[in-house]
Amino acid sequence: MSELRELYKEIILDHNRQPRNFGVPESATSQADGHNPLCGDQVTIYLDIRDGIVHNVRFMGSGCAISVASASIMTEAVQGKTVAEAEVLFEQFHHAMTEDRAAGPITGEDSELDALSGVKEFPIRVKCATLPWHTLRAALHGENSATTEGEK
Amino acid sequence: MSTVSENLVRLDAAKARTDFPGLTRQVKGRPLVYLDNAATAQRPLAVIEATDAYYRTYNASVHRGVHALSQEATDAFEAARENLRIFLNARESAEVILTKGCTESLNLVATCIRSQLQPGDEILLTTLEHHSNIVPWQLAAEATGATVRPIPVNDRGEVDLDAFLSMLSDRTKIVGIVHISNALGSINPVKELARLAHEAGALVVVDGAQAGPHLRIDVQDLDADFYSLSGHKMYGPTGVGVLYGKRTLLEAMPPYQGGGSMIKTVSFEKSTWADLPAKYEPGTPNIAGMIGLGAVVDYLVALAPGDLQSDKGKALDWTMDEIARRESELLAYGTEKLRGVDGVRMVGTAEHKASILSFVMQGVHPHDIGTILDANGIAIRAGHHCAMPLMQRMGVPATARASLAFYNTEAEIDALVESLGKVKEIFG
Repeated sequence: MSELRELYKEIILDHNRQPRNFGVPESATSQADGHNPLCGDQVTIYLDIRDGIVHNVRFMGSGCAISVASASIMTEAVQGKTVAEAEVLFEQFHHAMTEDRAAGPITGEDSELDALSGVKEFPIRVKCATLPWHTLRAALHGENSATTEGEK
Repeated sequence: MSTVSENLVRLDAAKARTDFPGLTRQVKGRPLVYLDNAATAQRPLAVIEATDAYYRTYNASVHRGVHALSQEATDAFEAARENLRIFLNARESAEVILTKGCTESLNLVATCIRSQLQPGDEILLTTLEHHSNIVPWQLAAEATGATVRPIPVNDRGEVDLDAFLSMLSDRTKIVGIVHISNALGSINPVKELARLAHEAGALVVVDGAQAGPHLRIDVQDLDADFYSLSGHKMYGPTGVGVLYGKRTLLEAMPPYQGGGSMIKTVSFEKSTWADLPAKYEPGTPNIAGMIGLGAVVDYLVALAPGDLQSDKGKALDWTMDEIARRESELLAYGTEKLRGVDGVRMVGTAEHKASILSFVMQGVHPHDIGTILDANGIAIRAGHHCAMPLMQRMGVPATARASLAFYNTEAEIDALVESLGKVKEIFG
C-alpha cells in the first residue's frame, strides 16, 4: 500500500478530482492533441502565446488520475513562463521520468511537479504522466499532434 | 453437434486448476489472482511439455525431410492439424490453415478476398468487433472501393437484429462477426446471423478468438465461411492460430504469401500453387506452436470421462460444455458480487454472455483500478480492449475487465471485490 500512497499522493488525487485550467478556452494561438494509442487516453492542450510568453494554458481530455493530474499540474507550472522556460521544464520533467529512475524530486524547486515522482516506481504508468507534456511541446512547436510512442 | 445433456459426472475444475503451473506463483507477495484470461490464458503443463518434447527429442523441419526426425515432426504436426479439425468440427483437415493467430487469419481472408470486391460492395461488421476484424477490412475497402458499415448494438451490447436485416442487400459481400466479444463477453448468435447473411449472398467471416477457450465450436453447424482461432487465448502457445475456410473458398482465392512449401512448381515464367492447406502455409511453420496447440485439444479431451475419450469429438462436446457451465457459475457469482460494490456499473449485460466482467467505477479511471489491483496481486485488463468503436457506443472511454477461465474460483472473485474496496479507500 505504501507504494500506492506514493503514487496516489493527496496532491495528485486533488488535481484529478478538481483539474485546474480544464476546459476549452475562448481563443488559443496554438493547440495540439495527444494520444496514447495503447490505452486510448487523449488530451488536448490549448496555448495562448504572445510575445514569447505563455499567457494561458488549458486542457481537455479523458484519462487516468495520473494523466489528468499531470496535465493539471503542468498547466499551472507553465503559465506565465516564456516559451524557452517551458521547453526547459519539459526537458526536466521528461528526463526525470524516463532517464533518472532514482527516486527524488523532479525540479528541485519544491514544485507540485515533484508529486509525480512516485510514478517512476510504476514504469507502465510513466507514459500517463508524460502524455500531456509531449502534447504541450507539440503545441509550443506549432505541431498539432503528439503521442507517447517511441518513448522508452 | 449434440450436447451431453445428462451429465452425472462433473468437471473437477479445482483439480484441473493444478494442471496450470502459471497459476501457482506469487505476485507482490500474494498468490497470483489471474483474471486477464481474455488477453491470454494460462497454459497447462501438458502443452508446455509437448512443445518442449518437440525441441528436445524430434526437432526437425516438416514436410520435406527424408530422415526419421522429420517424419516424426511431420506426423506430430499433421496430428495437431487433425486435432484442430475435430475441435472446429471441420469437414476435412485441409480446411484448417495454420497461421500466427487470429489477427493473421483475418488479414489473410481480408487480403485474399479482395479480387471478389468492387466499388459499391459493402462489408458489414458488428460494432462488437475487435480492431483485428475491423482494420483489415478497412484496408480491403480502401484497395477495392468497397465500403465498411457497422452493424449497431443495443445498450446491453447485443447485435441489433432488425438493423442488421435492414442493412443486408445484394451489395453485401462480407459479414464480419465476432463470436464472443472480448470487451463485453456478448455471445453473438452466429448461426442466425450467418443464415441471414447467406440469404443475402454474403460470405461470413467469424472471429473466434474468445470462443475457442469457452465454447464447443462447430463450423458446419454455424455455417461459417471462415472461422479464426488464436492459440494463446485457448490455453495454447503464442504466435500460432488457425484459419478455417470452406474448401471451395480457399481454393478460389489467390495465395496470401509466396515462398517455399506453398508451390507445386516454380519457374521464372510461372509458378503453380500447392493444394490445401500448404497453399496458405509458406515457409517453415511454427512447428512447436502447432504441436502445442494440438496438445491443447488432447488436454481438453483428457478432461472428459474415460469412456468418452476414444472419440475426441464426443469428449470435446463434454469438456467444452462443462467449461461453459462452470464459467457461467463464475459469471453469475462475479456479476452479483460486482453489482454489490458501491459505484460500480457493469458494461455489457447481454443475455448470452461469456465469463467476461467489464465494468467502470464512479470517479476512478480503469487504469487506476488496474494499478491498485496489481499491487494486490490481481491481474485484470484496463483500457479500450482494442475495441474503440464499441467503447464509444457504450459511452465509456475504457473499462476495467476481469475475464475468467474455468480454473478461476469464487475466492478469486472475492479477492477482486475486496481490492475494489481499497480502490475506494484511496480515491475516497
